[in-house]
Amino acid sequence: MIRFDRATKKYPDGTVAVDELELEAPTGQITVLVGPSGCGKTTSLRMVNRMIEPTSGTIWLDDTDTASMPAHELRRKIGYVIQHAGLFPHRTIVDNVATVPYLLGTGKREARSRAMELLERVGLDPAFAKRYPAQLSGGQQQRVGVARALAADPPVMLMDEPFSAVDPVVRDQLQDEFLRLQGELGKTIVFVTHDIDEAIKLGDRVAVLRVGGTLAQVAPPAELLSRPVDSFVAGFVGRDRGYRALGFTESGALPTHDEPTARLGEAVPQGHDLVLVVDGEQRPQGWLDPASARGTVEESDLLRGGTLATQGGTLRAALDACLSSPSRRGVVVDEQGRLLGSLTAREVLDLIERDEEPA
Amino acid sequence: MIGDTFGWLTDAAHWRSTNFDTGIWDQLLAHVGFSAIALVVALLVGLPLGLWIGHTGRATWLVTVVNAVRALPTVGVLVLLVVVIAPNFYGRTNAGYLIPTEIVLVLLAVPPILSNAYAGVQNVPPAVRDAAFGMGMTGRQVLARVELPNALPLIFSGFRSATLQVIATATIASYVTLGGLGRFIYDGLAQQDYPQMISGGLLVAALALSVDLLLALVQRYTVSRGLTGRLPRAGRVRREGADSRSAVLTEELASQGAR
Ligand SMILES: Nc1ncnc2c1ncn2[C@@H]1O[C@H](COP(=O)(O)OP(=O)(O)O)[C@@H](O)[C@H]1O
Ligand SMILES: [Mg+2]
Repeated sequence: MIRFDRATKKYPDGTVAVDELELEAPTGQITVLVGPSGCGKTTSLRMVNRMIEPTSGTIWLDDTDTASMPAHELRRKIGYVIQHAGLFPHRTIVDNVATVPYLLGTGKREARSRAMELLERVGLDPAFAKRYPAQLSGGQQQRVGVARALAADPPVMLMDEPFSAVDPVVRDQLQDEFLRLQGELGKTIVFVTHDIDEAIKLGDRVAVLRVGGTLAQVAPPAELLSRPVDSFVAGFVGRDRGYRALGFTESGALPTHDEPTARLGEAVPQGHDLVLVVDGEQRPQGWLDPASARGTVEESDLLRGGTLATQGGTLRAALDACLSSPSRRGVVVDEQGRLLGSLTAREVLDLIERDEEPA
Repeated sequence: MIGDTFGWLTDAAHWRSTNFDTGIWDQLLAHVGFSAIALVVALLVGLPLGLWIGHTGRATWLVTVVNAVRALPTVGVLVLLVVVIAPNFYGRTNAGYLIPTEIVLVLLAVPPILSNAYAGVQNVPPAVRDAAFGMGMTGRQVLARVELPNALPLIFSGFRSATLQVIATATIASYVTLGGLGRFIYDGLAQQDYPQMISGGLLVAALALSVDLLLALVQRYTVSRGLTGRLPRAGRVRREGADSRSAVLTEELASQGAR
């Protein structure tokens, strides 16, 4: 557990970046600090590993006052990941990852073999081990940054906008892998971002800060979306928060209708309505407009773009499947991706309304 | 003239010393000696100071001051120092001339070494330095394990440019009665023996280039491949490796950084 106890940072120029912050980051969970630029997120984070010394107040790591030991010893016990990875350009990837074990006096062979394991763990090919940072893409560098922070197996990790410098597709991937990794490792993590979507996706708890370095609200993401405490939080969380909140509501068993299907290579069916095309294992491939296709069903005839809702997923996914489907019928599949049936947006809205009625 | 110069250089008698004359080999040795002393002293002064200023960010005005020293006229300073220092030494020692010469050469060598070491440390990306401290390195560890290795390309370029200047300028030792390859230039000039004079110039140039080549070799095996861009696959390289070909440019960069 990390606990900010009236932590305050006033810079020499008089800026109060963090003002009497009271916040707890529970053990084994991801606590996200989010807020507009300049609200003191980075300052708060860096006070934990004393890259910035608090002007007043105390920060506790479990029962230890972080000010009670030399800063460099404290930092070796805390994983630290920053925006531009900050890899050492003159060291190979494997030696970058082994940085903290080397500092702790671990032998070269042991430190490197542990580093190799970690590279695999963060999804990097071991072939990267002997390369230098300049040979890696931004996303790959960031993975190495995470591996380096994990190398000495610290119970606590601090992450300052680690994914915000990579393109959206890679970011999404990194976020998913980060959640998977955290599922395995269960670290106590403080994660800083200015992106509310990222905060909601990653946080077990989300702390919203306002400029001036004060805490506006701390809550689990679903609560933040459904019950923002004031207009600042409501505004920051964003306009489509109602839609995003659906992402936290499990759909339960979706009521589906049977959906007529066709297969690739078969004759184009008669009729005017769009037909769902599946492969040999009943996996949806796309929609077919019988009016515009001739002969047999070809790949090139398919209309793609509809998302699929997985049975047991969220209401958001179900609604999105309907809205994005060319036929307006949302396709529902099982865990293996096989077709179960379809439903309409109206039916999902009924589910949403039923869900919101008090039990 | 070319033929005469070639003749002078290939005359074996000019290479060996006699009771009356010092040959090329011995003057070469003397020249290397003057240069080496000055470079070692300059390195011992300039490198730690430059690294320290870059690491702490303190006393950056010193970089500006040291760079201003370059503007001093070398021969003028030498003559002045000889006038002041030489009378303090009597008898058979040549210290009265050697010390002023070395001072002048050190003054010449310190600026590129110091300002490039400073610039090298300053050029380490802030995120890299931040990560180094964040991993739990002490200030000294950051300097030794991160800043120094990353500054090496610029340090080498500063040292190589200092070496070229010192070797070329060490000819002035002969101007104040000492030996070295400058002897041939000044004697050649005085005796209107132009083949000898040109040969002296050629020998100095050859020495400077050989030493630079040697240093290039040392640099190649000292600087991390992660910095030089000499990477196995023709991979993506973001950081441009700085080397001595861009020495002038990097020194300019250094003096700008000091402003
Ligand atoms: N070294 C500093 N000196 C003076 N003011 C600073 C310094 N670092 C940050 N600040 C100010 O403190 C406030 C909080 O900064 P920061 O913690 O970096 O915010 P965030 O990470 O939320 O964008 C900002 O107003 C910023 O300008
Ligand atoms: Mg920040």
